[in-house]
Amino acid sequence: MSAKDSAMAYWKANLRIIWISLVIWALVSFGFGILLRPLLAGIPVGGSDLGFWFAQQGSILVFLGLIFFYAWRMNRLDREHGVDEE
Amino acid sequence: MDQFTLNLIFVGASFALYIGIAIWARAGSTSEFYAAGRGVHPVTNGMATAADWMSAASFISMAGLIAFVGYDNSTFLMGWTGGYVLLALLLAPYLRKFGKFTVSEFIGDRFYSQTARLVAVLCLIVASLTYVIGQMTGVGVAFGRFLEVNNTVGLLIGACVVFAYAVFGGMKGVTYTQVAQYVVLILAYTIPAIFISLQLTGNPIPALGLFGEHQASGEPLLAKLDQIVTDLGFKEYTMHHADTVNMVLFTLSLMIGTAGLPHVIMRFFTVPKVSDARWSAGWALVFIALLYLTAPAVGAMARLNITELMWPNGTDAAAVSVETIETDEKYDWMQTWAKTGLLGWEDRNGDGMIQYYNDASPEMQERAAEEGWEGNELTNFNRDILVLANPEIANLPGWVIGLVAAGGLAAALSTAAGLLLAISSAVSHDLIKGAINPRISERGELMSARIAMALAIIVATYLGLNPPGFAAQTVALAFGLAAASIFPALMMGIFSTRINNTGAVAGMLAGLLTTLIYIFLHKGWFFIPGTNSFDDSDPLFFTIKSTSFGAIGAAINFATAYIVAGMTKAPPQEIRDLVESVRIPRGAGAAAADH
Repeated sequence: MSAKDSAMAYWKANLRIIWISLVIWALVSFGFGILLRPLLAGIPVGGSDLGFWFAQQGSILVFLGLIFFYAWRMNRLDREHGVDEE
Repeated sequence: MDQFTLNLIFVGASFALYIGIAIWARAGSTSEFYAAGRGVHPVTNGMATAADWMSAASFISMAGLIAFVGYDNSTFLMGWTGGYVLLALLLAPYLRKFGKFTVSEFIGDRFYSQTARLVAVLCLIVASLTYVIGQMTGVGVAFGRFLEVNNTVGLLIGACVVFAYAVFGGMKGVTYTQVAQYVVLILAYTIPAIFISLQLTGNPIPALGLFGEHQASGEPLLAKLDQIVTDLGFKEYTMHHADTVNMVLFTLSLMIGTAGLPHVIMRFFTVPKVSDARWSAGWALVFIALLYLTAPAVGAMARLNITELMWPNGTDAAAVSVETIETDEKYDWMQTWAKTGLLGWEDRNGDGMIQYYNDASPEMQERAAEEGWEGNELTNFNRDILVLANPEIANLPGWVIGLVAAGGLAAALSTAAGLLLAISSAVSHDLIKGAINPRISERGELMSARIAMALAIIVATYLGLNPPGFAAQTVALAFGLAAASIFPALMMGIFSTRINNTGAVAGMLAGLLTTLIYIFLHKGWFFIPGTNSFDDSDPLFFTIKSTSFGAIGAAINFATAYIVAGMTKAPPQEIRDLVESVRIPRGAGAAAADH
């Protein structure tokens, strides 16, 4: 594989990880926190419901998980494609 | 020792610490002034970014906005944290790889256009200045309270202090100063929250206490809160009442704006490696989340405490009497805050009691008619005082109150300093050195950076005297502007090889101008009160409020850039090569000051 093809494959793999992460990002905040809250209304969490928890705390915890996952996954992807910093 | 002396000691000691660090790390060369010589560890950088980021809006203002509205203002919580995901995934590593000092340098190089660079500088200055106005509002509240003077005097003193260390520190001073500020502000935020959570729920972790049991009644805290506020005619705390479209757009504006604000992005230029830039965004959010997970608990618990203080015998018995407010030490905070002009009450019906309720609610109007009430008598409760007054409301020891005063000031001052640095580097590095006089000496560049800072602070102080909203609301406008102008240009610069110079310039101008005009139409031209033609309660475009318009502005920016770029000449090969090199981490060296 040439250097150019390898860079292309690296970028495609990166874009796939970004897309998956952003879908989760939108799902927990705009989804569970706001638009889909009525669907979660039946799940009680300490005096309110799961949607309220996602809006006030859950989404923040998921965001944290996403960023660390991305950093870890990308640093591995850099090495797999030989584009990491020496 | 009285409270005033205690506050002075805490605030004085924390200031001495910051100024000491700033002098110790005084900037020498221009490279150090802007980016601290790139020797900053991701965890340190994350902590400094957190302090830089969490401003008066997060510390002083946000919990108050949540307390009086409830669930609907969760938008602030999600918006101001969700942006870090965009920053970490879409911008930080690539901008670090690019290896220049400022956001506008990236835009100028990537879009091979001096015009693009200058337009970016313009966007950056508009967004940052609006942001500083919000900080000044918070500075006024904090200084007003702890020096026991009115808002205006507090604001003027605060402006002098910000000027002093931002001008003489530079980024290196600011990086280590901000680590110290983070420690002060997070302690100041969480310690009173822990006390209050223990008092109300017995749980030492406020974030868990929020979903715990209210010990006095044995019910869940949130259920108790919902019941007590609806008894007084207010809307249920935990339910969805706001317009959904605005909630979504407002959250999105805050998220995109977070990833478009130059003073935060600049942080990622200061880490040694591309992989560190990815981790740095995560560490920043860890330190931010410590406050953001506590904030909703602070808001809910303060609302409960305030309501119970106003109705000490329950919501269906007699309200608190004027005599009790004036004599009982539990109500001392009301007396001290009344001095700032931000809290007020009035016994309208002359029954010797202060009834706090929602006088717009039909059921409460019925009850008022029966009981001879003549409207809500807690006539003024500025949202921005809630966090600072919170330890006093909960009757916590004097040292906690002093600590909170120091924390509030740390939050407001650190962000103001970071923003002033972004403005000054844009003016001196991009505008003067980049466009007007490329041969300017290092000395001349530093001098122009300092003059730009001084001018920015004068404008912000002047506008801060008549702010367009509570601190967090003004700051939200700044995010809208950053979202509409900077973020789309950066993102297209990395993720598209097709966007050219003309497209980027047209996009940025379209996004910035539509958003700015939309804001001015609703908030007054140049934020001068009374010059607005519309109001956010009845906005111009569907139901979209001016605070939520940033996301629309960003969409306009993207669309304009794609259409204009599609009709004009594709970027040259060397720009495509530049984009491709930015996308891979290998070869990221130290950045160059010149190019």
